[in-house]
Formats: sequence, C-alpha cells, structure tokens
Amino acid sequence: MASPNTEIAFDSKVEGEVIVSRLDTVVNWIRTNSVWPMPMGLACCAIELMAVGNGRFDIARFGAEVMRFSPRQADCMIVAGTVTYKMAPHVRRIYDQMASPKWVIAMGACASSGGMYRSYATLQGVDRIIPVDVYVSGCPPRPEALLDALIKLQNKIKREPATKNLFVA
Amino acid sequence: MPDSPAATALKAQFPQATDRASSDHAAVHLPAADVVAALRFLRDTQGFDHLADVTAIDWAEGASPRFTAVYHLHSTTSHDYIRVTADCTGDDASPAVPSVVSLWPGANWHERECYDMFGIKFEGHPDLRRILMWDGYPYHPLRKEFPLAGIETALPDIEVAEETNAKVIPAPMAGGPFVASSGEMNLTEAEPRAKDESWNERKEKPE
Repeated sequence: MASPNTEIAFDSKVEGEVIVSRLDTVVNWIRTNSVWPMPMGLACCAIELMAVGNGRFDIARFGAEVMRFSPRQADCMIVAGTVTYKMAPHVRRIYDQMASPKWVIAMGACASSGGMYRSYATLQGVDRIIPVDVYVSGCPPRPEALLDALIKLQNKIKREPATKNLFVA
Repeated sequence: MPDSPAATALKAQFPQATDRASSDHAAVHLPAADVVAALRFLRDTQGFDHLADVTAIDWAEGASPRFTAVYHLHSTTSHDYIRVTADCTGDDASPAVPSVVSLWPGANWHERECYDMFGIKFEGHPDLRRILMWDGYPYHPLRKEFPLAGIETALPDIEVAEETNAKVIPAPMAGGPFVASSGEMNLTEAEPRAKDESWNERKEKPE
C-alpha cells in the first residue's frame, strides 16, 4: 500500500541528484557569494577596509574575504579614500583591467563626492570616471557600514540578468 | 627677534644680512645671491646640519618683492633653529632663487614642491619637476591669484579623459570652505561644515 508523499521541498530520494532552477539564479547565487574585492585603498578609509577583513568584523562571512591586488582576479573594486586628479586615470585603468562582471563600491565621503576636499586637487566623486554600484556614507564609514554596502551589492547582483549580460558585455 | 649666537655670527660674516621679525626662532633676511654662501656658513661653522624645510611666501599680486623663499635650519647638536629668507629675483611669471641641493641633498624634494606650488625656479636644481601635481598641469596652486576651488583644465591622461569625458573642474564650494568650529561646544556642532549654509549645490548663491 502506497503512502502519499507529504514532502513539499526537495527530496533527493524522489528527484535524485537533480535540482531544477533558472540559470540566472544559479549564476547569481555563485557570484553573490564569491565577490572578490579589489582593495583600492587611497586614504584613511583603507584602514577601516582592513578592519573589515579582520576577525572582529570578518568579511569572510559574506564570501568576500579574498582581497585581490591584481585587478584581473577581482570582481568588486572598493574605492576606499580620496581620489586625486593625479590618481584618477590610474583608478580608471585598474577598473578597465578588471574582468566582467565587475562592480564598484565607493567607500566614504571622499570617494562618493569628494567629501571635505573641495579643492583643486581632488576628483569630486569617483563616479565621474567609473560607474558606482553602492555608495557608503561616513568619514570614514564604520566597518559595519561597509558590510551593509556589501550586502546591498549582493542583493543587487541577485537581481541581475546574468545570462543576458553574457552576450552584451 | 630672539638672541642667537648663530645669527650674530652670520651678520658679522654677511653685513648685507638684516634681522627679520620673528616670534619664535632667530630669523635673518638675505639677498638671493648670498643664500648659498650663507647657508653653507651656517652648516659648516654653526652646526646647522639639518635643513628642516624649504618653503616660500607669496606677498600677493603686485607686491614687490612678490615671492620670498624661506629656509628652516635645525642643529642636531645644539637643538637650535634658525630661519633664513631671501626675496626671489626675476618677474612674477618666473621668480628664481639659487638651489641649495649642493648643500643638503634633502633640499631636492622641498624645492620641487616649492616649484610645483609657487612656480619658483631653483637655479642649479638637478631635476626641477613637479612633485605633487602632474607634469603638464598649467598652474601653481598656492599662488595668491589661484582660487581654492581650482581652475578647469584637462585630466592628466588623455585616453581616460576621452573615454570618461571627465575633466578637472572648479570644486563646488557650496558655502565652503568646510571648517571645523573650535571652542566649547558639543561634537555635532563642531563638525566641519560650510560657514555659509544659505546656499548649496542645488540652490544658487544669493547675490
């Protein structure tokens, strides 16, 4: 006598080793949990960025602990600090060298808007030269704020049409 | 001016040297032509073996002299300081003083910074290039006629400038400069902010 199947969720006994999902979801799931940052540390925000990597705040909980100093291996540029006009072209070139898909977090007031440096020497916001996904306020932001930015970025990555973008970029 | 045996000795050796008003250390003013000889005298006979700083003063447009070079010397044996100044020769566009790199190799970068910020030519400098702003930047930012916000010009990298359409712009001052208030007040009130908050980037400055 057969008993009715009461299992609603995935049952490996019934469905074997197969999961059915959308490719976008799977690709985005992988990307979301392995955002390798490119630490573009330019000023004091970089110190907070280092704190985020330490055990107390532990960016590894979000799969983003692998700071890559080579742009070729990085997914997310964290612009941490004041971008001077002299540095701006180099930031852009490093961004250009990152492989798609890539994202940018502007960390702190200086990277977001020039901050308190309303001067002849400072780029008034890194979004003038590279596209920014998440802005973090603060001078410098608390490490929790950067983690919040990372979670926001992960939520954004989850909504992206990943497979469609494969044929665009 | 405070008494200083070194300043007295310098004035005995160089009669053209004059006292300079100073609230801290001894200060002596010299013609530009005598700077190298005077500094060599201070280094070799008075023990001022450390060149602490080379900077300059811009006395404002139209002033004569327009620029004065300032040398801060320190003695690591007597722990004494002395300040030597000299008016730049040449016109406003290209003022000049002799370089002292031959006396202290450390003067190299000080003089490059001074050249970068004021446009003062240090004659005899082995490698007088800009040090803070990029090569090809057309202005000298610490001159009095240069506005704090800056002047529109091109980015240092032509390729990046073409790709991004970004350029060096006068910074939006929005009531600034942004300064912290001092005195007894809570931290929120003391935060750096624009002194004139009646206008900002969205709202035009009232005439």
